[in-house]
Amino acid sequence: MNYFPDEVLEHVFDFLTSHRDRNAVSLVCSLWYRVERFSRQRVFIGNCYAISPEKLITRFPGLKSLTLKGKPHFADFNLVPYDWGGYVQPWIEALAKSRIGLEELRLKRMVVSDDSLELLSRSFANFKTLVLVSCEGFTTDGLAAIAANCRFLRELDLQENEIDDHSGHWLSCFPDSCTSLTSLNFACLKGEINLASLERLVARSPNLRSLRLNRAVPLETLQKILMRAPLLVDLGTGSYVHDPDSETYNKLKTTILKCKSIRNLSGFLEVAPRCLPAIFPICLNLTSLNLSYAAGIHGSELIKLIRHCAKLQRLWILDCIGDKGLEVVASTCNELQELRVFPSDPFGVGHDAVTENGLVAISIGCPKLHSLLYFCQQMTNAALITVARNCPNFIRFRLCILDPTRPDPVTMKPLDDGFGAIVQSCKLLRRLSLSGLLTDQVFLYIGMYAEQLEMLSVAFAGDSDKGMLYVLNGCKKLRKLEIRDCPFGNMALLSDVGKYETMRSLWMSSCEVTLWGCKTLAKVMPRLNVEIINEHDQMEICAEDGQRVEKMYLYRTLVGPRKDAPEFVWNL
Amino acid sequence: MEKSVNYGGHHDDLNLEATELRLGLPGIIRSDIIGYEKQSSSASTVVVVRNNKRASPEGIMTQESSSKSHSYVSDARNGDPDSHHQPPAKAQVVGWPPIRSFRRNSFQQKKTDQGDGAGMYVKVSMDGAPYLRKVDLKVYKSYPELLTALENMFKFTIGEYSEREGYNRSEYAPTYEDKDGDWMLVGDVPWDMFIFSCKRLRIMKGSEARGLGCL
Repeated sequence: MNYFPDEVLEHVFDFLTSHRDRNAVSLVCSLWYRVERFSRQRVFIGNCYAISPEKLITRFPGLKSLTLKGKPHFADFNLVPYDWGGYVQPWIEALAKSRIGLEELRLKRMVVSDDSLELLSRSFANFKTLVLVSCEGFTTDGLAAIAANCRFLRELDLQENEIDDHSGHWLSCFPDSCTSLTSLNFACLKGEINLASLERLVARSPNLRSLRLNRAVPLETLQKILMRAPLLVDLGTGSYVHDPDSETYNKLKTTILKCKSIRNLSGFLEVAPRCLPAIFPICLNLTSLNLSYAAGIHGSELIKLIRHCAKLQRLWILDCIGDKGLEVVASTCNELQELRVFPSDPFGVGHDAVTENGLVAISIGCPKLHSLLYFCQQMTNAALITVARNCPNFIRFRLCILDPTRPDPVTMKPLDDGFGAIVQSCKLLRRLSLSGLLTDQVFLYIGMYAEQLEMLSVAFAGDSDKGMLYVLNGCKKLRKLEIRDCPFGNMALLSDVGKYETMRSLWMSSCEVTLWGCKTLAKVMPRLNVEIINEHDQMEICAEDGQRVEKMYLYRTLVGPRKDAPEFVWNL
Repeated sequence: MEKSVNYGGHHDDLNLEATELRLGLPGIIRSDIIGYEKQSSSASTVVVVRNNKRASPEGIMTQESSSKSHSYVSDARNGDPDSHHQPPAKAQVVGWPPIRSFRRNSFQQKKTDQGDGAGMYVKVSMDGAPYLRKVDLKVYKSYPELLTALENMFKFTIGEYSEREGYNRSEYAPTYEDKDGDWMLVGDVPWDMFIFSCKRLRIMKGSEARGLGCL
């Protein structure tokens, strides 16, 4: 390959879109490394502490699009204290100082301040796309800066962030000259919105294809917006409540008929079920439907709606649909690829919930299913075995039994065999979450059969260190392992220390690992950051090596211990 | 006597037969490998529940070391072979079920809106009044109490309820929006059913009110 000029190599590399392919290519030889790094525009960093912004900028001067992830996954479930870290500020500062022409920034589980957003908005003339998922630390003032200063903004996508809502005026900060919006999602905002500004913004955004509204946007405004944006592909309604006999509602019905391009539908944050028929005409075109925040739609209404959605590929729904409802999904949505069933009453007794029967029905009717997140009251081995047989194409299989150590209620046995069947049958499985009563056996199965597994989430499972060992020894492609409340200790942790450099991270909380074990690991592996999170003062007073560690998070890194760790995080 | 349960964890070598999976029910698999007995749900069962209590370094289980964030699952391994799985107490485990905090918070919010827990506030509008009020339905035990309170709040009188004619003898009719979004006359259903299905109140006035009573 030496006799190809660099431009040819670069042209060939242009066809490589996946990060992994480009990463692999850069390892071939120094020539390829050099060509690749100058031509790389999109970089994905799965752990913001694995590398520094300076190193990133040095290596990829042509960077245009950056994705960063911060806190560990279990931070989603309140297991990581506030102030743990994951700040985007140093990244934006470094990029702003450099000559990088950043155009896209996607962040997940990071702390973003208004100052960061302000700096971002002023530093990159061509900035186009901001996507924030599960982030926190900013207010609508930061959004106002983005709106006001990013002259060519195309996408502002806010998903499930905790945003302090100071006022709805941020929408008015989009200048009249801003006509480039293609995607706007502010569904997670809790406060009021200037409706007139919103309507004007939509009116001057001819390329708008994705719009997700928040709860403060009433049905009247929705109707007016849809009149202006009949080419929308992705719609998230806000409040969907009105008197079905009213003129407004009738206008909406007519307007919706024009919206033939809508393929994704979500929202219904507040809903009057009697208004749902207005959307039936577009249901046939839908490929994606997210009703997981529509607590106001009861089972029977859901079922009526679903019957219209024959082309669905993705469905996110609440468990009030019930097993019967899932049977309807199974018979109607034969193209279904991804299903998520969330609990509508996570802390209650759960009479409305779904069981193994619903899942089995789905597996029969939806053979293309490859991604599942299923919160249920109970599960049986027989059902899992059936599902494994019917759906061998699972890539993601996440099962959450609301009572985390519940056995098979029919046989009273652990669910080892059921999950074992899943990993044996689904040879492409990349992500797995376990629950229910589980022994070391399930880990033996996982280690033996889950050859493509990259991410495993475990809670309240296993009997001994052997469980964890089976997984560490068997799953060659494992990248992320997160464990809580399992009896895995130092022996398992230290058995194969080199393994952790092949992985992104390991989380262990409420296990049997001790301070000594963590210190030992840290000593032997300098390229790992082994962090202990202490929330109680006792650790300081009597930090004995024999003491069990409440929360440990370790990850590979090229830049050593981080300097922004708070007091309660110890880097060993 | 129940057969002891063999989970393969007792074996040091890789017992391939133990891990051979055929996609069939456990009962079909050779019983010498996995020593389960099919048990009816009413029979007592041995369920090996993982010991979730923290052991001290010496390996002795101590009561005091179980921390708040641990699960409530009882330890069946020690001493009580007949124990069966207990449903958990309502005290929740931190971070379980694993739902993103944003979603979790929006559920709490919805529960508050629907009036579970402390207070059950609903909006009350009265035709012609410049602003709405809110009342806590949980404070009242019956319709007369609620109606008296509304009469005092908005300074009007409502007269008596009759099943046949509603509130026909008065200028006003108290109505409410139920969970289906329909507007119903206050007083038709039992009080307890009412407070759980009432989402908001509206005091209708004049001809509209009388029209309802005529149905």
